[in-house]
Amino acid sequence: MTSEYLAVIVGMGVVTYVPRWFPLVFLTRRRLPLWLVEWLDFIPASILSALVVPYLITTGEPRHLDVLRPELFVAIPTFAFAVKTKSLAATVVVGMFLFWLAGMYLQ
Amino acid sequence: MEQEKGIITSPGGRSDPWASIVKDGIVKAWPICLGYVPIGLAFGVIAQKAGLGPLEIGMMSVLVFAGSAQFIGVSMLSAGAGFIPIVMTTFMVNLRHLLMSSSLAVYLRGINRGRLSLFAYGVTDESFAMNLTLFRETGWDWRRGLVLNHTANVSWIVSTIAGGYGGQFIPAGAFGIDYALIGMFLCLIVFQLRGMLYVIIAAIAGLLAVVISLVVPGNSYIVIASILSATIGLVMRRAGYFKEEEQAS
Repeated sequence: MTSEYLAVIVGMGVVTYVPRWFPLVFLTRRRLPLWLVEWLDFIPASILSALVVPYLITTGEPRHLDVLRPELFVAIPTFAFAVKTKSLAATVVVGMFLFWLAGMYLQ
Repeated sequence: MEQEKGIITSPGGRSDPWASIVKDGIVKAWPICLGYVPIGLAFGVIAQKAGLGPLEIGMMSVLVFAGSAQFIGVSMLSAGAGFIPIVMTTFMVNLRHLLMSSSLAVYLRGINRGRLSLFAYGVTDESFAMNLTLFRETGWDWRRGLVLNHTANVSWIVSTIAGGYGGQFIPAGAFGIDYALIGMFLCLIVFQLRGMLYVIIAAIAGLLAVVISLVVPGNSYIVIASILSATIGLVMRRAGYFKEEEQAS
């Protein structure tokens, strides 16, 4: 393991840990302003959607639109399954299975 | 708004025997572990193909313990990115934990700093969603939450290392493993959609992310789109849109 790699993962660890740690230790004493709490409340839905949607309908470098990808075709039934079951583990398995099927028949 | 509930900490948790605390934590962690195993294996495979050894993979899983940031970190490493861009991206991708820990803090009042510091290590999208639900709806306490966090953590570390060892034996695309992370995110999005306003904000975020990703190179579209759409959400909520939905959720 190179010292550069170790520095990178320690850096990643620190910037990941601090946002997890800071509110737990300090928020028991003070309250965030209400507007900030309400704003933060939209962050999970926003950030997960911002992570996933471009992956489904764009590709390449530089990026361009491509809506005919198996990633998107599989996402639709997988998303419907998640809405129906609300089960993380089952959704992961169903998504993988459908993507595997798509790989077999759509190539 | 949840301030009153926060006064009650660890209901019924004090006198429970260790065996039942550990058992409860492991039982509730089980779905998370099941979700982590294919994702951890996939991460190990990708990391191994990017040139990382099992020790390097394991060290990253121990130090970072954040699925999406680790995937992004490895892809940036193999693209030759430097320390600052990787750490900045990791920070922005994981900034969402600030909100999750803020929500959890309501249920963790009166617990000392050392224990909170230990708990903080295990705050992930999945453990947050599971723990918060259990705190809200059952007599869940921080000890059970901590067991849940660390059970999930162990399954993540072990499966990423296993993926690193087995990487060369798994052909690309095998078992649809490349889709594990997307499947997890799709389900996590569903968990966030607690009313029509959240559906609209998620749709706006996805649309903005696509548009920005086509224009701005790199990964900055994730944070830019999230900040913009959360701001739109705040404005819409303040303007009184979907108020009944909000109260119902």
